[in-house]
Amino acid sequence: MKAACWYGKHDVRVEEVGDPKILNRRDAVVKVTKTAICGSDLHLYNGLIPTMESGDILGHEFMGEVVECGPDVKKLKSGDRVVVAFPIACGSCFFCEKDLFSLCENSNPNAPLAEKMFGQSPAGLYGYSHMLGGFAGGQAQYARVPFADVGTIKIPEGTPDEKVLFLSDIFPTGYMAAENCSIQKGDTVAVWGCGPVGQFAIASAKMLGADRVIGIDRFPERLRMATDKAKATDAVNYEERDVYDELMDITGGMGPDACIDAVGMEAHLSGLQGAYDRAKQAMMFESDRPHVFRQAIMACRKGGTVSVAGVYGGFDDKIPLGSFMNKGLTLKTGQTHVQHYMQPLLERIQNDEIDPSFVITHRMPLEEAPKGYDIFLNKQEDCVKVVLTP
Amino acid sequence: MPTSEFRQGEDDRSGQSIPIPVRRQSEPYERSMRSSTPGSRRDPWQQNREDAAQAQLLARALGWFSIGLGMTELVAPGTIARITGMNGNRGLIRALGVREIAQGVGILSRPKPVGWLWSRVFGDVIDLAVLGKAAASPQSNKFRVAASAAAITGMTVLDFKSSQQLTRVADLIEDDGSIHVKKSIIINRPVEEIYNFWRDFKNLPRVMEHLESVEVTSEKRSRWVAKGPAGKRVRWEAEIIEDRPNERIAWRSIEGATVENSGSVRFEAAPGARGTLVRVELAYRPPAGPLGATVAKLMGREPELQVEEDLRRLKQLMEAGEVITTEGQPAGRAKSASWKYDYAGRRLAAAF
Repeated sequence: MKAACWYGKHDVRVEEVGDPKILNRRDAVVKVTKTAICGSDLHLYNGLIPTMESGDILGHEFMGEVVECGPDVKKLKSGDRVVVAFPIACGSCFFCEKDLFSLCENSNPNAPLAEKMFGQSPAGLYGYSHMLGGFAGGQAQYARVPFADVGTIKIPEGTPDEKVLFLSDIFPTGYMAAENCSIQKGDTVAVWGCGPVGQFAIASAKMLGADRVIGIDRFPERLRMATDKAKATDAVNYEERDVYDELMDITGGMGPDACIDAVGMEAHLSGLQGAYDRAKQAMMFESDRPHVFRQAIMACRKGGTVSVAGVYGGFDDKIPLGSFMNKGLTLKTGQTHVQHYMQPLLERIQNDEIDPSFVITHRMPLEEAPKGYDIFLNKQEDCVKVVLTP
Repeated sequence: MPTSEFRQGEDDRSGQSIPIPVRRQSEPYERSMRSSTPGSRRDPWQQNREDAAQAQLLARALGWFSIGLGMTELVAPGTIARITGMNGNRGLIRALGVREIAQGVGILSRPKPVGWLWSRVFGDVIDLAVLGKAAASPQSNKFRVAASAAAITGMTVLDFKSSQQLTRVADLIEDDGSIHVKKSIIINRPVEEIYNFWRDFKNLPRVMEHLESVEVTSEKRSRWVAKGPAGKRVRWEAEIIEDRPNERIAWRSIEGATVENSGSVRFEAAPGARGTLVRVELAYRPPAGPLGATVAKLMGREPELQVEEDLRRLKQLMEAGEVITTEGQPAGRAKSASWKYDYAGRRLAAAF
């Protein structure tokens, strides 16, 4: 089969590889019908996630048709149309029983590696480094889905692929980021990053009752999408205006009730502080560029919530813990417990509360994945989201 | 060998100890078994620990003695010269004092200062030589020199004995090549389920990678086959020495095993209805020679990691019903072998 494989920094190629097989009794194999490039795939593309190996198959946002089931798969059968959740979860450990699927205890065969980095291992992920399982990803014609009964949702006929594909990651991720803010009626929520996750965080914050939702980015087309499609009430271009000043102005000096970081480890920032983080990251003195995280803490209202959906990888510095502590903030974060959100969010899609396909700007065949990565990274052609068809 | 000699007391709920009697190189197997369990139900490791504690105490006393004597030699070399009868040469006595202090500090700075303790014996010999030279000097007080020599000879015997003892117990506890591993894991299943799985030893190869098979031959006995490098196999027979349903199982290899080994597993209901805390202790002692090397390779360079991964697999099997793998999945490599990289990565992680 054909698959998008990672060969190093800015080197993705579509190669002919072997077909996936059933390796465990609870596995299924799906024929991928749609797959997408995630913003977090760009961290891999930029070579910032350790333990990638040359030839790894990328992709953790995919859906398709079940073509084969292992003997212990109960709920699925060949021909079923499914969306696959990006965290791999067993469904029966302490965490899965609490619906904390991305913290599954039993899905990372390389847990010892992750434990060195994180203390304990989170769930295994598709196509996201060997530290997180080393599983082959879904930017391919076929993909193996471990614990298939737990990790998939069946999609009824009549709902097009593009409407449901993002149940695999970014819609639940944006939704969880908003849900983590414990939004009360009348709340103001600021969202850093108007990429696909940011768009869904904005839309979800509105759905959950926020009065005012502020999108922060530097690309006019993304800010436009935030206000036009995701229904943000305000848009702040951080290259034109100071974010802190602007947020204080909007909230009369109180600060947003909740701040969502939908950017993560590769925040852009010009000036001295940006150069400082860039240099430290390049020299591997700091694994991330946590500028947005710092700014979110500083801007957040006293007693408010900082919700982190963007991916961070390692050890960062100059985090304003003094502000965090003295203002009594709450921090909520985590990889998304996708399995927990798929059903209710599918219902919202079916009820026409939202059509997640609004973020798609580019559609191309799987063969053009390298081009997709390149334009997505460089935000060419106003790229927000790339969907690939194998 | 009657098994009762190795059974732990019923009141021993600590599970801390593992009943593997360790044999000295010079002793025949039989004798070491008996000598370490002198007609009682004592845990032989307990004896070893007591010996170790005693030897360490004595070593500390000698360390402080070294510092005390060294300080005196350094501060009042004249007095020392007079007492020992070797008049003159204060510089030499001060030098001996510096040595004594260094030895004392060395001994006190380590939990098992085998080398430093032996250095005291060496130092005693030098002291005796210095005294011998002094005796030849016309200024010396022959009677006092002889008395000092006698005292130092007594000291030498004490130093030698305690060095020997410390060497032996240090070896027994750590450097005899026996491997001790303690690991625990929490499993989200009821105690009975995990106890029953473990109690049926033939299940163990499903989670213990190095085991090829375990055949249960009777109520208490079982035959174990472990995989070795290059298709070699290591076999032994084991017997259950304790079986408290849903609480604890302990076993050990029976006499004549090529790899003396023993193990125990305890099951505790985890607080908050979180399933079961499984605590495993294993001890094995690979034999000397090429077979020993094979066994060492077999158990891996990181036996802790081996047990850790075994327990992880147990957890996966009990909770998820299978042990997840990526072995055999595709990748864009000439010959896809991600799992080899993964295997190496896990080993590497353990090294830090």
